[in-house]
Amino acid sequence: MTTSATGTSGTGPSVVRALTAAARHAAHPGAGHPPVAPPVLCDACGRDETVLADRPDATVVRHESAVAKAHAPATDPAGHRARLAVAAHPLLTGILLPPLPVPTPQVSGRPVTAWPYGVPVDPDRPDEAPWEEAATLLARLHAVPPAALAPLAVPPTRGPLKAAQALSRMRAAGRHPAGADVERAWAGLPAWARGEAPAPEGGSLCHGDLHLGQLVRHPVPDGPWLLIDVDDLGLGDAAWDLARPAAWYAAGLLAPDEWQRFLGAYRSAGGSAVPPDGDPWPRLDIPARVLTVQTAALAVAKSAEQGRDLDEVEATMIESCARIATLITELATGPSS
Amino acid sequence: MQCPKCHAAMHTYNRNGVQIEQCSGCRGIFLDYGELESLTRLEAQWGQQAPPPPAAPGGYPPQAAPAPAWGAPHGGGHHGGHGGHHRQKGFGRMLFSS
Repeated sequence: MTTSATGTSGTGPSVVRALTAAARHAAHPGAGHPPVAPPVLCDACGRDETVLADRPDATVVRHESAVAKAHAPATDPAGHRARLAVAAHPLLTGILLPPLPVPTPQVSGRPVTAWPYGVPVDPDRPDEAPWEEAATLLARLHAVPPAALAPLAVPPTRGPLKAAQALSRMRAAGRHPAGADVERAWAGLPAWARGEAPAPEGGSLCHGDLHLGQLVRHPVPDGPWLLIDVDDLGLGDAAWDLARPAAWYAAGLLAPDEWQRFLGAYRSAGGSAVPPDGDPWPRLDIPARVLTVQTAALAVAKSAEQGRDLDEVEATMIESCARIATLITELATGPSS
Repeated sequence: MQCPKCHAAMHTYNRNGVQIEQCSGCRGIFLDYGELESLTRLEAQWGQQAPPPPAAPGGYPPQAAPAPAWGAPHGGGHHGGHGGHHRQKGFGRMLFSS
């Protein structure tokens, strides 16, 4: 089942070597590991590594009970240290997976972190996705008072900026028939939601990149669900953490009962992003539109980069953009009757 | 049938035995002659049987989850087959990526 750590592409061997060392150190603390050069097996357990992800923005290597991650080269060091310290903070126990110590916190200019291995959500079984647990964890995260994290300087969230980057990536990938609907939906968003003006103040601790790949069970195999990935953790408007599931629901990808389970659990747990009852959409509408456009833009970019057609699910997000654009035109011109 | 406001296609739904047309674009609802009275009558009957549930804002039927004006038509069996279809294709991948 394992992919040898030597068989990777896209990342320099020094990064995988450093991650291998970090993961072995985290999995066998105190064993004392000499510098490793894969394919040399671990001298503590005799086993090798699995590369779980190797993308330009993240490389993740697993060794037994631990994983090590090299973060994006452009990661802001001070912000990264603050986010990592938040994950280790006692107030986040039971909400965010806490990090493990690493022997070297950096390789090739990229921050390196180590974490306990947790069991992820099974991508082949989306019907078993832990919507309630995800919502409850978000509600608890949003309830952490930022002042209690002092003196940590937690950076602001970057929701609009990430969406703007997705649009840039789509434009760089070349012209695409679906691009027009995405651009029209984007153009109709308020300037602050496009990252072109200051966003309204939002002082909640937010995850910043919630999707089903951001949940693991720890300890394995059936411990409680926890949130992972601190790369977009920050202070901002908590509604943005609900925006991706909201966008899936609005696109018709998430069934009404799944959305209601998610939203209901969030409210039951005292989540602060939406009112406790009534229509949540006045709070969710703008962030959900942004996440719809962002998701659609990335889908167009990826399909162009990979020289393939949009799949049905991606096309659904483009249809959502078309509906958003139609609505904007209608609002701008006023009702015709 | 086309929506008189945004010109998107309108689809027919059955709400409590009353046929209504809803726009796939702006989700506006078109009622034929007498349908509003039918709905009002049904509402009155419902009110006599039990305390009314809290009204769903936005004028949506009480059993439906509130959705944005740009949301895809959900439920009523209209997109039911679609939903299952999406799940077999890229549905999982979409839910697992940034």
